[in-house]
Amino acid sequence: MAIALDIALAHLASRKRQTLVSLTGVVLGVAFFLAVSSLMRGSEMDFLKRLVDNSPHVTVYDEYRHPAPQPATLRWPEAAVEVRHVKPQRETRGIRGWRERLEVVERLPGVRAAPVLTGAAVLSFAGRQQGVQLSGVVPEKMKNVTTLDEKMQVGTLASLSADPNGVIVGQGLMKKFSLHPGSTLSVVADDGVARPLRVVGVFRTGNAAYDEGQAFVLLKRAQALLGRENRVNRFVIQLTDPYEARNTALAIEAGTGYKSVSWIEASEDFLSLLLVRNIIMYSVVAAILVVASFGIYNTISTIVMEKTRDIAIMRSMGFHASDIRRIFLLEGLIVGALGSLVGQGLGMALMRVLLVVEIKPPGVEEIVHLPLWWGADQFVLAAAFAMTSCVAASYLPARRAGKVHPVDILRGAA
Amino acid sequence: MNAAQKPPAIEAEHLVRRLDTEEVPVTLINDVSLRIERNEFVCIMGPSGSGKSSLLYLLGLLDMPTSGSLRVDGVETSGLDDDAITDFRLAKMGFVFQFHFLLAEFTALGNVMLPMRKLARWSDEEAQARAMALLDRFELKAHAHKHPSQLSGGQRQRVAIARALANDPLLVLADEPTGNLDSASSANVRDLLRDLSREMGKTVVAVTHDAKFASVADRRIAIVDGRVDADWQPG
Repeated sequence: MAIALDIALAHLASRKRQTLVSLTGVVLGVAFFLAVSSLMRGSEMDFLKRLVDNSPHVTVYDEYRHPAPQPATLRWPEAAVEVRHVKPQRETRGIRGWRERLEVVERLPGVRAAPVLTGAAVLSFAGRQQGVQLSGVVPEKMKNVTTLDEKMQVGTLASLSADPNGVIVGQGLMKKFSLHPGSTLSVVADDGVARPLRVVGVFRTGNAAYDEGQAFVLLKRAQALLGRENRVNRFVIQLTDPYEARNTALAIEAGTGYKSVSWIEASEDFLSLLLVRNIIMYSVVAAILVVASFGIYNTISTIVMEKTRDIAIMRSMGFHASDIRRIFLLEGLIVGALGSLVGQGLGMALMRVLLVVEIKPPGVEEIVHLPLWWGADQFVLAAAFAMTSCVAASYLPARRAGKVHPVDILRGAA
Repeated sequence: MNAAQKPPAIEAEHLVRRLDTEEVPVTLINDVSLRIERNEFVCIMGPSGSGKSSLLYLLGLLDMPTSGSLRVDGVETSGLDDDAITDFRLAKMGFVFQFHFLLAEFTALGNVMLPMRKLARWSDEEAQARAMALLDRFELKAHAHKHPSQLSGGQRQRVAIARALANDPLLVLADEPTGNLDSASSANVRDLLRDLSREMGKTVVAVTHDAKFASVADRRIAIVDGRVDADWQPG
């Protein structure tokens, strides 16, 4: 093995320039692989973080995915049943027995849950009106499941507990209504009766529709305003591990019967987009390395052609065909290993440069940094890919070298 | 144990080598039977294209006969696979060619050590000491760390002979070893090969068309048109 390595190194050293060119191909391939994949992963993680942080990991609705079958359908399962004059039951909708069900949900591992009652309401101030989604929350539970507290410009979620008539609105609405913290506005709910609410908190998420269209009050207040005493119609759930959301949602749905939607389900379109993006990225970056491997093929082929006499003499000396093959495969491996190593260094440098790049998207005040993220697996993947393509590129020349028949060469040389 | 009790170095019976790859099949070696004893220095002679080298390649197990049997050191070689034959060459044979065929990337010492490292019978230190001793024997000690390109033609061929002896082979096979050398170097190489059989107890088989070279051999075998020809005289 040591002889094979010696000979392989000697061969590469004998064609310095060509070796250097193929090495450069691998180095650039590995470096770009790292830089591009860390950019893609960084932006993906950035995107997911926004998605995961700003939306509940699981939302339990007061709906059923599959409504219970009608008794008539159960009686004649094969028949087409038409039931006329059905009057839907009059009931106040909501999650039945929500306190017990919430306890059950909270007992699941890694789950933080908060009950919410949401409904439509109209806020009015100084003759202007704005339809909002009014959410009744329990502040001490709610603060565990949203990032709303981080987005508060004035007050906190807890401010609601201090003032039973308090309301938290977005900055968009504040601007629209020219409100100030402490202003009193009125809310008109289902029954048409207007009740006064005092602004105790203001949030800003950056999403205009959200900042204008959401308002938070105490759960009790919402229940009274919406005329649904003792009801909640949603559980907002946050998980320690967001990627457990799908399983947790399934478990909750199986346990409670209510429709539970994980963020993964809710943003399937985005996630498949990310997948497509990753496939594109890896194929482009892989193409660089495939192109680089042609350089290696070329170099090693040239060496094999140049060294046929040496191969013949080594074969006659007592080197097996497999020894000869090993020499040339090693040459590919050396170029791959060296290229990976240098490429990883260059990739690191490239990423450091990208980290300090500042971008100012048009119309945005803040300076944005490129989101980069890298892990050991990327380095391993880049090196593995480079090595594989290098060894694959040296396989054909190595096989040809192994097939050299000493007599053919010696006869030709004599 | 004396040499007489050991099997002869080479026993060939009815060797035939035919090339069927060409449009017209060519018979390189046609029914050659011969026996070469241990310690013998045998020259294979004959006109150009007579099949001398082809016979040497067969005897050196570099090529396989189309038919016939070949025993080297008492071992029947037909039917052995390529790997077994390669190992056989490594341990029992050394080759010297018309061109030195040294690896340009290695020093004289490195070239001589190459077969030893492949055989791995000796440690690296032992191999180096053995290689040095061989180079010393051929008055090349001072040139041990030079690359082939820094050596003269005669020196290179001496390094090649040292390399052929690296694994202490039974047989040294030489194909026109002086074909590319001036007369002084030729004489030197010729004497070296003779000494291999006289002093080191090697069996030496050399192909040559140099009558002066052949004159120092114990025996001359003439090959004409792929057959042994007892009447042929170099001229």
